[in-house]
Amino acid sequence: MIDKAHSISLLVANRPGVLVRIALVFSRRGYNIDSLVVSPTLDPNFSRMNIIAHGNPEILMQIIKQLEKLVDVVQAKDHTDTNAVEKELALIKVRCSPDQRTEVLQLCDHFKAHTVDMTEKSMIIQITGSSDKVDNLKSLLQKFEIVEYIRTGKVIMLRGEDKT
Amino acid sequence: MANKTLSGAEVIIECLKREGVDTIFGYPGGSAIPMFDAILDSNIKVVLTRHEQGATHMADGYARQTGKVGVALVTSGPGATNTFTGIYTALMDSSPIVVLAAQTTTPNLGKDAFQECDTSGMTFAAVKHSYLVKNSNDLPRIMKEAFHIARSGRPGPVLIDLPKDVTAGPCTAPFTDKMDLPGYKIPTHAPIQAVEKAAEFLKKSKKPLLLVGHGAMISGASRQVRELAEKLNAPVCCTMLGLGAFPTDHELSLGMLGMHGTVYANKAVLDCDLIFSIGSRWDDRITGKLDVFCKDAVKMHLDIDPAEEGKVLQPDVFLCGDAKLVLEQLLPMVNKLDTADWVKTCQSWKKKFPLTYPKQGGLRMQHVIATASKLTGGKAIVTTDVGQHQMWVAQFFDINYPRQLHSSGGAGTMGFGFPAAIGASFGNETGWPVLSFSGDGGFQMTEAELATAAIHKLPIKIFVMDNKYLGMVRQWQELFYEHRYSSVDMQGNPDFVKLAEAYGIPGLRIKRAADAERVIQKALEYKDGPILIHCECEKEDNVFPMIPAGAPITSMIVEQPKAQLEKPTGST
Ligand SMILES: Cc1ncc(C[n+]2csc(CCOP(=O)(O)OP(=O)(O)O)c2C)c(N)n1
Ligand SMILES: [Mg+2]
Repeated sequence: MIDKAHSISLLVANRPGVLVRIALVFSRRGYNIDSLVVSPTLDPNFSRMNIIAHGNPEILMQIIKQLEKLVDVVQAKDHTDTNAVEKELALIKVRCSPDQRTEVLQLCDHFKAHTVDMTEKSMIIQITGSSDKVDNLKSLLQKFEIVEYIRTGKVIMLRGEDKT
Repeated sequence: MANKTLSGAEVIIECLKREGVDTIFGYPGGSAIPMFDAILDSNIKVVLTRHEQGATHMADGYARQTGKVGVALVTSGPGATNTFTGIYTALMDSSPIVVLAAQTTTPNLGKDAFQECDTSGMTFAAVKHSYLVKNSNDLPRIMKEAFHIARSGRPGPVLIDLPKDVTAGPCTAPFTDKMDLPGYKIPTHAPIQAVEKAAEFLKKSKKPLLLVGHGAMISGASRQVRELAEKLNAPVCCTMLGLGAFPTDHELSLGMLGMHGTVYANKAVLDCDLIFSIGSRWDDRITGKLDVFCKDAVKMHLDIDPAEEGKVLQPDVFLCGDAKLVLEQLLPMVNKLDTADWVKTCQSWKKKFPLTYPKQGGLRMQHVIATASKLTGGKAIVTTDVGQHQMWVAQFFDINYPRQLHSSGGAGTMGFGFPAAIGASFGNETGWPVLSFSGDGGFQMTEAELATAAIHKLPIKIFVMDNKYLGMVRQWQELFYEHRYSSVDMQGNPDFVKLAEAYGIPGLRIKRAADAERVIQKALEYKDGPILIHCECEKEDNVFPMIPAGAPITSMIVEQPKAQLEKPTGST
């Protein structure tokens, strides 16, 4: 089986140490976490974690079972290839002179991204959407100098009325 | 008591009482003093050990003996780090222990204060669960949860990190049975479809084999395992930790399988058309080379831990649940199978390839063990350390009862056996003697607990199986590394009889096979506390049968090979 990115969603009890326990299930096998998003749920006693990790699907399946086994983990699910909304947000800082601005802004417009900071020499662009979309804008902006960039990692929510 | 506010430490001790704890194993230090102080006013017995590793192995031995939770109480920093081997050992063998580890005060956390240690941080990977208590009022709930988690489901170690201000400060929260464990699930029965599927597979099997592990023992499923074996007329093999969950003297028993298992058990594994693991986890010690293990046989797996499904191999049916409950679901669905020929074949292997050992040469460990088994009529609690003697105990001591044999399986922790015997002795209600078998190497790792055994006059027969080598490692070096012995010579061993006597424990010695019976009898008749039997054994004996690590079962070696063998590809 080929390695690919898996979208894992966890519902966890909001306790100190829970993140370490989860990270250890990955690191024990030498697996890396590509991205991680944590936020409290409507009930502040619980948090949602969305993890993206690469690897052998069988091993990731095992990892998910071992996550589910943790006392503080209420639920662990693989949402790869399921009917879920997966979005992320990125901030991209580009160095651009006033005469390059128009072109950058046109690109932003096309991607429904917008500027959240602008100086004489630089601009920060905020984009939200699928990971592909973020990747695309980033590669187009490479033409200008990207000073730095950061993304939140995917947040995942199941479509329809069912809970993720 | 009604209007006096209790301290955190007093609440902890009261919670122990409420959990039915009557004995704990511990070692004090500055930050643990509040707890050691509070325990003075209770009727809980504190066994002062000589090392915190000993305390955890004792708690573990006590737990394995009684099925109850074993408790260790230690101080912060080095006291806590000394427990790690014991915690990990308990995790690997699913043994329920609670470790109460004292800690510096909460304001000192993270400041490298004296004997501060990130105990919960360091142990995350070795515990079933753990707590760092920041507020005394959380203690009643946390104590309740800790014991519940340690003993239920797949049991395991739980650590509670207890800052001194939390134990010394007041706790005003009431005692409670309420727990807050929304993520903790305990499987009980298996889904009925899975059980039906298992019954179907069994119905079609002509050559079924039951593989019984520690899970069956923990669940208390011995009677159900036996009923199933007899109802189906199916042979049974056990893992080392499963020994006793099915009586070895039963006519359907094939004894232990795996790396140093019996020829007949391993032949049955090779030849069966269905293998049903009941509370075992397809450990590499039993499967050997995985991709050829039971290649064409149907594999059924019963385990209480859902994460065991497919961890090592993909079974044809996975029954997630408690062994006892699931077997009770399954039993009414199965009938006697057409297995007469298969059982006959297995029994003929049993006759043809019995476990034996050479009678010539110096004293054989096997002889000591077989003699002890004979003289006790197999009615003894037995603990082992790790190494050659361990395998020989598994092979030559008749283990016919659940919770009769205690050994470090998953971790293979040298130094476990003797303190485990002490813990087991505290929990022993069988009236049988406790026999502790250790190698000369492993015994020296925790031998300081001789003092503990002596003080409490525990009726333990302490066998030191002295081959003056780290025998199991030496065996590998002999067989696979061209006889190049590297750091296995136990030159400098003490006279273990004198060592025992220094602690006020009588010592006996066996040097010749002819003396074994007389000396062991004498040891068994001694009723005044522990007694040590120093067995000076053949130095270069080897354990057979042996399947080299990572090799297929067909590569089983049954006697001393004439030529050098290839280096094993498997791990340890
Ligand atoms: C704590 C620990 N260290 C090292 C080992 C590796 N090891 C496994 S068996 C063995 C030799 C044990 O020697 P001894 O206790 O004399 O028993 P024997 O094999 O001679 O019966 C060693 C070193 C281990 N299992 N545990
Ligand atoms: Mg030895």
